[in-house]
Amino acid sequence: MLAKLKTRFRAWALRRQRHDDGTVTLTQRRIYIIPTRQGFALAFVLVLMLLGDINYNLSLGYVLTFLLAMMAVMSMLHAFRNMAQLQVRAGHAEPVFATESARFVFHFHNNSRLDRYQINLHDMQGHSTVFDVAALGHSEVILNIPATQRGWLKSGRVALYTHFPLGLFHAWSYLHFDIRCLVYPRPLSHAALPKGSTPDGAGKRSTAGDEDFAGLRNYVAGDALQRIAWKVLAREQGLKVKQFSTPLGEELWLDYSAATDRSDEEKLARMVRWVLDAEAQELRYGLRLPDGELPANLGAAHRDECLRRIALFNLPQQNDPLPLVGEGLGKGKL
Amino acid sequence: MSKALTYGLLLSILMVIAPHADHLTLWVSSLCGILLLWRAYLNYSGKAQPKKWLLMLITFAGTGGIAVSFHTLFGREVGVTLLMLLATLKLMELRTARDAMAIIYLALFIIITNFFYSQSIPTALYMLATLFVITATWIQLHGRNIPLKPRLRVAAILLLQAIPLTLILFILFPRVQGPLWGLPQDAYSSSGLDDKMSPGSLSRLILSEAVAFRVSYKDKPPLREQMYWRGPVMWDFDGHAWTPGSTTEQFLAPQFTERSQTIDYTVTLEPHNKTWLFALDVPDMISLPATLSYDFRLYGKKPVNARVRYEARSNLGYRANLKESDTQIRRALQVPKRFNPRAQQLAAEWKAGYTNDAAIVQAALSFFNRQGFQYTLEPPLLGSNGIDDFLFETKQGFCEHYASAFVFLMRAANVPARVVTGYLGGEFNDIGNYYIVRQSDAHAWAEVWLNGQGWVRVDPTGVIAPARIQSGLSASVSNNAALPFMARNPPQWLRNLNLNWDALANQWNQWVLGYDNERQFAFLTRLGMESVTWQRMAVNMAAGLGLLVAVFALFMLRQLYTRNKTDKVQAAWLKLCKRMAKAGLPRAAHEGALDYAARIATARPEIAEPIHDLATRYSALRYGKIRDEQAQREFLQRISAMKT
Repeated sequence: MLAKLKTRFRAWALRRQRHDDGTVTLTQRRIYIIPTRQGFALAFVLVLMLLGDINYNLSLGYVLTFLLAMMAVMSMLHAFRNMAQLQVRAGHAEPVFATESARFVFHFHNNSRLDRYQINLHDMQGHSTVFDVAALGHSEVILNIPATQRGWLKSGRVALYTHFPLGLFHAWSYLHFDIRCLVYPRPLSHAALPKGSTPDGAGKRSTAGDEDFAGLRNYVAGDALQRIAWKVLAREQGLKVKQFSTPLGEELWLDYSAATDRSDEEKLARMVRWVLDAEAQELRYGLRLPDGELPANLGAAHRDECLRRIALFNLPQQNDPLPLVGEGLGKGKL
Repeated sequence: MSKALTYGLLLSILMVIAPHADHLTLWVSSLCGILLLWRAYLNYSGKAQPKKWLLMLITFAGTGGIAVSFHTLFGREVGVTLLMLLATLKLMELRTARDAMAIIYLALFIIITNFFYSQSIPTALYMLATLFVITATWIQLHGRNIPLKPRLRVAAILLLQAIPLTLILFILFPRVQGPLWGLPQDAYSSSGLDDKMSPGSLSRLILSEAVAFRVSYKDKPPLREQMYWRGPVMWDFDGHAWTPGSTTEQFLAPQFTERSQTIDYTVTLEPHNKTWLFALDVPDMISLPATLSYDFRLYGKKPVNARVRYEARSNLGYRANLKESDTQIRRALQVPKRFNPRAQQLAAEWKAGYTNDAAIVQAALSFFNRQGFQYTLEPPLLGSNGIDDFLFETKQGFCEHYASAFVFLMRAANVPARVVTGYLGGEFNDIGNYYIVRQSDAHAWAEVWLNGQGWVRVDPTGVIAPARIQSGLSASVSNNAALPFMARNPPQWLRNLNLNWDALANQWNQWVLGYDNERQFAFLTRLGMESVTWQRMAVNMAAGLGLLVAVFALFMLRQLYTRNKTDKVQAAWLKLCKRMAKAGLPRAAHEGALDYAARIATARPEIAEPIHDLATRYSALRYGKIRDEQAQREFLQRISAMKT
């Protein structure tokens, strides 16, 4: 019954709410407030007290009862004020491996001279975190959501609530940033690199993999910040990433078809292990998946791109807005 | 459950049960005290809370103990005691936030039980203090890491905001005349005159400084010796104690003739849990539904168990019951023949010696006057022939002894007489312009019925200690160490302080504690509300509360939008730039504060120094890391002092 009401309320409250972009200010239109169970319990206690006051003609009892009732009323305003005019911005969620926790980052700015206490941030599955925001301060709040499977993990709608100061009122607000966290498959704990990929074999150890500038390519999420061509960006030619190449030599191909596991997922898990190992051993490696390949290369950016391809392999295409870093959150789409 | 929170809850419970300490049974107070200490120790040492079976054991033992010492588990006193014990025990099993919440609600509830015993101004202030502590603890429950100072601040703000709102509610909340259900017998405390008088009963009462009632006279107050406030009238004597007795003629109306000296006054009577009301002899009118008995007492339908206020009119000059019924005359002549033979002997002599009753009365009074009687608060103990002992041996007594002996003598001499108890005099409070009549003003006197004159008041105490009647107790008792402090003669400043305090307490009683539906009606009418109905009150109340809450909301939410000092610094700087631009030195878009200042300095060397100073301060405040309020204020002052 209560759950049903909750869902209906949510549907009503969110009927117009699209995805949030950029910085969201918690205005009164976004904050809802209802009494908590403890609030109702206090109301019950107050009614008992009032009956006692009437019955025993306790004038001071009336005073106490009224004081408590009015404190409760004012606590509603305090609860509202504890959240009002906070500014929220979603941060970047670093990719994680499956079974780890995705760390969704939210930045809360408090531009008022008022400390905010005990605000609870939670997602609809019940993962939550509690934080304070000092007056004129800023809090970086991390919401940990366990990543269970590879692909994009969306935080989905999250809610903020506070019971401050007396726990009598539940003031809450919904946030729906279109943020997501890339989840790589969980690597196998151990897997030998494909044949001929030992340092003295087919794979060529490259010590100067990042030295020769080889051109620019479009930015893809997960690219290392050091590789972004800031000067190009400053010339307003778009977000580009510098590519480097090393002298051509023998390359190690991490091939999907070379993985011997039965299920696709296991194959992918093996490939993740390969990528990590090859990167750790500083081998030049290329990635070959049934839906395409990445030429051999080396470096964090290459590794991340490989992992990304693996993570997203064979998943239904999601609206994949381009820049996904920092504040450049995807435009909300319905 | 954090340590600090536990201490907060401990303090809350301690504060709410402390006022009960003096009327709780001693062992319950001690048990609660020990439990609280134990809890504090456990919290301090970080040891585990006691086991469940142990708590159960204490709970059962405690409840059993209470049942045994009170012989019941019902009633107000028992309820309060049980509540106190349970609240303390609940502290011993503090595990979840819900337990803490239950303790807070219990504590709030216990505050109210204290009002059964006292509703004075200090109690009200103590309530506010307790509420403050509880609120601060309550906030901690929902904000675990809020430091103490801001927590106290929030608690204080909540409380201060609630106070004006409470005032509106208090004035306008429609009052219902209680009680809603039957009250247990022990619901009200009783102190004051009893309907039984035995040697020592009044002198015990005299030791109490408690206020019996307060009187304000409409015009000039009467003389002190006319301020006889009639309480229970005693007819029956068993040789030891006087009681009102009973008669089949109790509905007989008194007849007053030759009334004179009308006096109007208002009485605010403290609850005494008896039906009688006090009026000056003899009452003519009263603003309450009350009956005037055959022996001139006023009594209401129900016991006075809340403070009550009434207006009354009395006639100080009167003749009462010129014709008295035979039954009453016979009652007024009853004497237990077995006791006090010497007194009966003396009375028989008077009866033989004098022809009329008035002469016998005079004889008795001069007997008291000449035989070296003393007026004292600490009379020696009397034997079974108490009146004989008193009249012929000890000769020391208090008003009750004199009234009792006098009436006995009269009756033995065949003069109809009875004992009247009540209050005499009072203390004038010139600050509040009213009289305070305390329990220490309790008095007993006699009335005799004389043919042709009806019932006449005779006060034998007046013969022995006239000062008692004319100026009060302390003047009449030689050794007044036994008197309550204020009934002696304290220094003037202390008297004034005390009178000021009583005037305040009187206002408090009238306006806060006595604010019932009648008072509310009168007050609202005086405020200009036409036709006071509860609907109107409710509408006004809602409007008043809504308005005030809106004002609070405005102030509270405005804080969210006020620009902070950093913005002010920037605004001030930009304003200065505008002024310089008008003076012909506009700031270029790319120019930083210091560059701009340098350019101004070359163009206008006379202001080079201040402008450089300002620019340096500005860049430090705007781009520096430090947020120094003092520096900000200084900058703002300097910039407004700057001449361009």
